Amino acid sequence: MMETLDQLFVLLKRWVVGEFPAAWRLWLSPLIDAGAIIGVFAGLFAVTTLLERKGLGRLQNRMGPNRVGPFGVLQPLADGLKMLTKEDIVPRAADRVVHFLAPIAMVTPILLAYAVLPFGRNLVAVDFDAGLLFFFAVGAGTELAVFMAGWSSRNKYSLLGAMRGIAQMISYEVPLVLSAVAVVLVAGSLSLPSIVDSQAGYHWGWLARWHVFTPWGLAGFILFLIAATAESNRSPFDLPEGESEIIAGHLIEYSGFKYALFFLGEYLGLFAVSALGITLFLGGWQAPVPFLAWVPSYLWFGAKLLGCIALFIWLRGTMPRLRTDQLMNFAWKFMLPLVLVNLVVAALWHGTAAWGFFGAGATRWLLGGAVLWLTYSALSHALFTAPGRGPRTYRYAD
Amino acid sequence: MKHTPGWGLLKGLFETARNFVGSYYQPGRLTTIEYPDERLPVQENFRNFPMLIYDGADPERGLRCVGCKICEKECPPQCIYIVLERDRSGKVQKRPRLFDIDVSVCMSCQICVEVCPFDAIKMNTEYELSTGDRFGALLLRKAELAKPNEYYRRLHPTEAAEVDARLAAAAQAKAAAQAKEQAKLTAKPAKPAWSTQP
Amino acid sequence: MRAQAGDLEMRGAFAAEPHGGGGRSAGSDAGWGAGAGHEWVRPAEPVGRLEGEWLEVAMGPHHPSTHGVFRMNVALEGERIRKLKPVFGYLHRNHEKIAEGTTYLGSMPYTDRLDYFCSLTNNWAYALAVETLAGLGVPERAEYLRVITGELTRLLNHACLVGFLLHDMGTMGTPLMYAFREREKILDLFEALTGARMMCNYLRFGGCRVDVPAGWLAGAQRVVDEFPRFLDEFENLLTTNEIVLARSQGVGVLSGALAVNAGITGPMLRASGVNYDLRKVDRYGIYDRFNFRVPLGEHGDVYDRYMVRILEMRESVKILAQALKDLPPGPILDPKSKLRGFRPRAGEAYGRIEAPKGELGFYLISDGSVRPYRYRVRPPSLINLTVLEELCLGHTVADAVIVLGSVDIVLGEVDR
Repeated sequence: MMETLDQLFVLLKRWVVGEFPAAWRLWLSPLIDAGAIIGVFAGLFAVTTLLERKGLGRLQNRMGPNRVGPFGVLQPLADGLKMLTKEDIVPRAADRVVHFLAPIAMVTPILLAYAVLPFGRNLVAVDFDAGLLFFFAVGAGTELAVFMAGWSSRNKYSLLGAMRGIAQMISYEVPLVLSAVAVVLVAGSLSLPSIVDSQAGYHWGWLARWHVFTPWGLAGFILFLIAATAESNRSPFDLPEGESEIIAGHLIEYSGFKYALFFLGEYLGLFAVSALGITLFLGGWQAPVPFLAWVPSYLWFGAKLLGCIALFIWLRGTMPRLRTDQLMNFAWKFMLPLVLVNLVVAALWHGTAAWGFFGAGATRWLLGGAVLWLTYSALSHALFTAPGRGPRTYRYAD
Repeated sequence: MKHTPGWGLLKGLFETARNFVGSYYQPGRLTTIEYPDERLPVQENFRNFPMLIYDGADPERGLRCVGCKICEKECPPQCIYIVLERDRSGKVQKRPRLFDIDVSVCMSCQICVEVCPFDAIKMNTEYELSTGDRFGALLLRKAELAKPNEYYRRLHPTEAAEVDARLAAAAQAKAAAQAKEQAKLTAKPAKPAWSTQP
Repeated sequence: MRAQAGDLEMRGAFAAEPHGGGGRSAGSDAGWGAGAGHEWVRPAEPVGRLEGEWLEVAMGPHHPSTHGVFRMNVALEGERIRKLKPVFGYLHRNHEKIAEGTTYLGSMPYTDRLDYFCSLTNNWAYALAVETLAGLGVPERAEYLRVITGELTRLLNHACLVGFLLHDMGTMGTPLMYAFREREKILDLFEALTGARMMCNYLRFGGCRVDVPAGWLAGAQRVVDEFPRFLDEFENLLTTNEIVLARSQGVGVLSGALAVNAGITGPMLRASGVNYDLRKVDRYGIYDRFNFRVPLGEHGDVYDRYMVRILEMRESVKILAQALKDLPPGPILDPKSKLRGFRPRAGEAYGRIEAPKGELGFYLISDGSVRPYRYRVRPPSLINLTVLEELCLGHTVADAVIVLGSVDIVLGEVDR
């Protein structure tokens, strides 16, 4: 029974496809997948905008939207209607073709990236051998969209935003990929479903074997989260938009449906990269404790995804924005070395997997953790402490 | 404590989390008033736009305003417009024929109230005055401005009690003086009140 | 693709200026100062490499972080600011000339609208000038009420300023909302006392307009007691936040010497390490009775300006606690003061106070009539803004925004 519930969507699709003549099946199967992905994640987008506005509101001691429908649940609908009925304005001096193509170029690659993500047991559109590679490859396409938008708008703020965006996203691609490489190293596969499988099982029957519970996994997850935030242009790395500085950056000349598409693309990117983080470090669709393993896998995945989204909202409500040069320094001088060290630690962890003496696990943990912590503190002290920097004490005159 | 990098960010996250949770049960945190559904009580000292006070039941006859035009003169943005009543022979009467306040100009400074020697103009607390007609509806005429003294007492009880006591004392003194004058049987006409300097 | 980097520069951003600055600017000063009657352009910093083309951006007048209608014409090299020219006057309302045409009392409500965050301190500076001019005394209780309302004003101004500053740094308005939450409580107090939340129009020459209503002092005491908790929260959230530190330390450094020469006053001056607080220097009102200290910065950067304000709020809380404790009974208006036909004797007077933003002064010349012959405001916002270019040069657009935020301007006062 539970098995059926767990495989509900897989069986459903198999049944639907089976109803059609064999010649159609080859085409129908991906179409159904694409439709489901677009439907589910566009719906999640609507829910997230509401959650974000409510959550930010509460973080800021406000109510958040509560006028449309009970508790404001219909707010996304109202937002959507507003977006769709708004006039679509293209600046006279803009490059119309590129201006039109940019939002499409934003959404399409992100939707492609969803093809390789496993949302539950057997619930993956394409079980691709090089799924991780594919994800990063298509994910990089959004950078082009940001630049297209900024360049074609023919607005100085847009140009600045595009400049910031392209620099930031390319820089953070490196730590993002390298933190994922550590997982590949240990799991020995680029296929996302098999990475999830490598995290199956429990230590001592209760602690999930997720990568996040290893020193390199924890560090990798945090680094991955930071890089993911930067990749999806979320606060504290929302420089390309930089609302208080360059107004809306590359989005400044977009309105109506095109703006909505950018918005959608941004959130879909956030979901995709969170889903990847979950897959790589948080055990994908696996249950955290064995006695809850009966809960359908896609629900676990959804819960983890919502948790990640909540974390991102929380970060957004708390963090100020970095500056461009600090952002670059952070990526290249801090994150890159740390990610490389993390790679070495992961290799050591993998190499010492055969240790069998008593307390071997704890020793490995402490060793790995110590190496990472030392690197972290050395790097942060070398980079972020200087005379006159840091908390200060003040003198008073009477 | 030595500053550990990263600690400050975590403290900030903790603080926002506390505010998030606190906003559900601490009334000091969530101070939002959902305006059209709930309203804060109007403070007694609150002021919005001026109104004219009348005694008794008839807004025309009971109007305290004698049309001395002091408020018109003292009003900083010059939003008061007064035309005095004249009788058939053209003699100026001691009451306004027109008393208009352009509330789109008025800045609610209360100076008219302070300078009025007759306690005739006071501040109203009505604040939901938005209208689609910016030319007609924002020019308040005498009829709209005239409010009974009871209304004033309800809005500003402390201040009204003081004003009523003062007016009663003045009326009493005036009656006493009149009685005295009557007794003296001097037929000198009373000096118009509005020419007295306070 | 048709668009070229050079074409992207909007023509005429500077063309309206009398300096003859054309639309396009190459790396040289030619496009900036050619035909200029005076030298407002400073030579570009030697950067030791080939300079690219500069991009002129007009930040403002409707830019989310210019705190009103203010424009900064900046020339950017990449994101570095190479030149910056503040343009203001969009909110000019002829305040000083109106005041010369109206009575002394009639200007009082207009002073509310100068720095619309701090109407009570504006009232105070103006009242002080007129009282000096007319030789009016202020009763004890009124002095205390002035200190209480003035320090509450300082609390709300500094809280909001810090909130705005952090909002400019990109915190999605969280500190700003917290600051506004506290500000609401103070504004409620103002409303109960003066009848209006922002345009208080509370002070009169020789005292105050109304006495405190019943229960007001208890309410004020409650706000004052709770305020330090808010400050602690605020500091937890931001003071040691690494991003705030990175963003604000070493940015927009104002040296003490330049600050003094430029006439900077207020928290901005004290953040540069100059000990000059009119509450201590002039001891106007009854400030000599209170025990408080003046926090001083050392570096003169944005972080110091932020911290000096936070520490000043803590000192204000102390003053408020003392003032609320000592508030004596008595009259609130000098019996010699009168509303109508107020004619101070001919002469001149300058009244200044330590407004939250700096030295706010009113200079009045009386010719013995009911109207001032000359009326002049010394607006701290405007004068503190004059060093903006010095503070921003060499920094990025993002820094310019927070430097502007840390100067603490209100355009109502800048443009008057």
